[in-house]
Amino acid sequence: MPVLKPGTRLRSAVCATEVMVIQAPAHEVEVTCGGASMLPLGAGGPSPQAAQKGEGTQIGKRYVNAAGDLELLCTKPGAGSLAAAGAPLVVKGAKPLPSSD
Amino acid sequence: MNLAVLLEMACASFGERVAVRCEGQSLRFDELFSAAGAGARALRESGARHAALLDVTSPAVPVALFASAWAGLPFAPLSYRATDAEIDALLARIAPAFLVTDAERAGRLAGRASLAILARDAFLARVRSTPAPEPDWDMDPEAIAVLLFTSGTTGAPKAAVLRHKHLVSYVLGSVEFGCAGPDDATLVSVPPYHVAGMAAILSSVYAGRRIVQLPHFDARAWIELARAEAVTHAFVVPTMLARIAEALEAEGGALPALRALSYGGGKMPLPVIERAMRRLPQVDFTNAYGLTETSSTIALLGPEEHRAAAASADAGARRRLASVGRALPGVEVEIRDPDGKPVAAGERGEIHVRGEQVAGEYLERGSQLGPGGWFATRDGGSLDAEGFLFVEGRIDDVIVRGGENLSPGEIEEVLLAHAAVADCAVVGVPDEQWGEAVAAVVVPRAGASVSAQELRDWVRARLRSSRAPERIEFRDRLPYNETGKLVRRRLRAELAGDA
Repeated sequence: MPVLKPGTRLRSAVCATEVMVIQAPAHEVEVTCGGASMLPLGAGGPSPQAAQKGEGTQIGKRYVNAAGDLELLCTKPGAGSLAAAGAPLVVKGAKPLPSSD
Repeated sequence: MNLAVLLEMACASFGERVAVRCEGQSLRFDELFSAAGAGARALRESGARHAALLDVTSPAVPVALFASAWAGLPFAPLSYRATDAEIDALLARIAPAFLVTDAERAGRLAGRASLAILARDAFLARVRSTPAPEPDWDMDPEAIAVLLFTSGTTGAPKAAVLRHKHLVSYVLGSVEFGCAGPDDATLVSVPPYHVAGMAAILSSVYAGRRIVQLPHFDARAWIELARAEAVTHAFVVPTMLARIAEALEAEGGALPALRALSYGGGKMPLPVIERAMRRLPQVDFTNAYGLTETSSTIALLGPEEHRAAAASADAGARRRLASVGRALPGVEVEIRDPDGKPVAAGERGEIHVRGEQVAGEYLERGSQLGPGGWFATRDGGSLDAEGFLFVEGRIDDVIVRGGENLSPGEIEEVLLAHAAVADCAVVGVPDEQWGEAVAAVVVPRAGASVSAQELRDWVRARLRSSRAPERIEFRDRLPYNETGKLVRRRLRAELAGDA
């Protein structure tokens, strides 16, 4: 369970979900998807299993923890839900902005 | 973090949608992704340390931008308006470079050492006919994504550094992924070497919005392209909007598909935005304020705020139309006095900004961020009690008259409030008695007439007498550059020359 760094890409061990780390705490944190530890993108290991229960992940949504020091961008959606240190991550709400460019 | 991830997501979610259209050529999102990969391969094989583009806007621009990100090289779009000598100096600073340029220049520059050159069409043909490698870009958030050479008034241009983390942060903070409908299209007419040109590509790709490119701006061509492509969104600089509104009025036509028009890159004269809002009542107008060094937009005045200000009978509320709105979420803005202390609401000072998207760094000079990550913009302005930001122009344009600092923006605002004034610029001119004297160049409104003395009295009645322009000249138009910035140094030189 390494310390996560901004830019690190992870994949779910149990569904199609992929994320990119936007912000991470300086200490080690266990990130799971569908209840299983996430793996570095490109790493071998268990391949996607059947869909898990839960809300799953949505591409383009940012997921944050309660402390506000962990933020993941979902780059590929899947059936499993994200959690860190056992607590579910929530979608970072953002007020839609008008297009400025 | 890498900008290539944004394109990869777009490719996976709406790959078959058209990503970019230009003069009859189209690239879908999946084709753009593949071309970026093939471009990355070409960049790596060349041994270049930078990727440069010296050309008008075309599909080669988004391809080269994402190819550079994929290959891990900084992308440097250069101004095609620069002189040969200036371009040589810029190329020397980024050697060895891979350069995409127009056919004529490609021939002229061929054979240069430390330069791998491909003409635009040859580059596009190559990236469309070679397969892309597997996604293998680096994810270092600190890697440089874009280098933009800012137009210095003196000395060599500064190379503003935008790292992947800054641009990714800007996009994630301001655009909802996939928010565009399948018929959305945005018209891009700003040149690639302007930060708005880079931001337009990144935002549109992440939104899933088709980019329609106009290589050479002309109001008639813009209007015709907007109609032909059923353009729904566009970004323009103030001078472009003035000409578009004029041309629309002259022909009496409409732009039925257009829903959102954002503008920025320079000060918008109130009469221009008011005229455009009257001409295009169904359009949502957004004023975007930002700098190259802040990865584009940091504050915006949205459509509802435009309508509320325009409809208000109250002068204070109406004045908001001249504001650039409020800071984006995740961006903080502060106004400080010359000692660096924050000032109260309504007071003028220098605009400081901080946030994840704020780069504030130049090549060869390093980070310019102060304690706490604040960036001094060198723009003067004020914040009102509700956080609306008013920008008054560059601090370096301040006129020092008899030891007193005068803000051209403050005097211009008063002059623009006169019914007979369509546009104006205030600059300092050398003066034996005061060091600098206040000079105003005024563009009268069509059909209106006003005397210099009348305008002098108008300013004197509203500001201290030291601010009343000693010299007032009348002209048909002011010198704006192609990206909408008033070229004050030209006015200063002209006025000083015939003093």
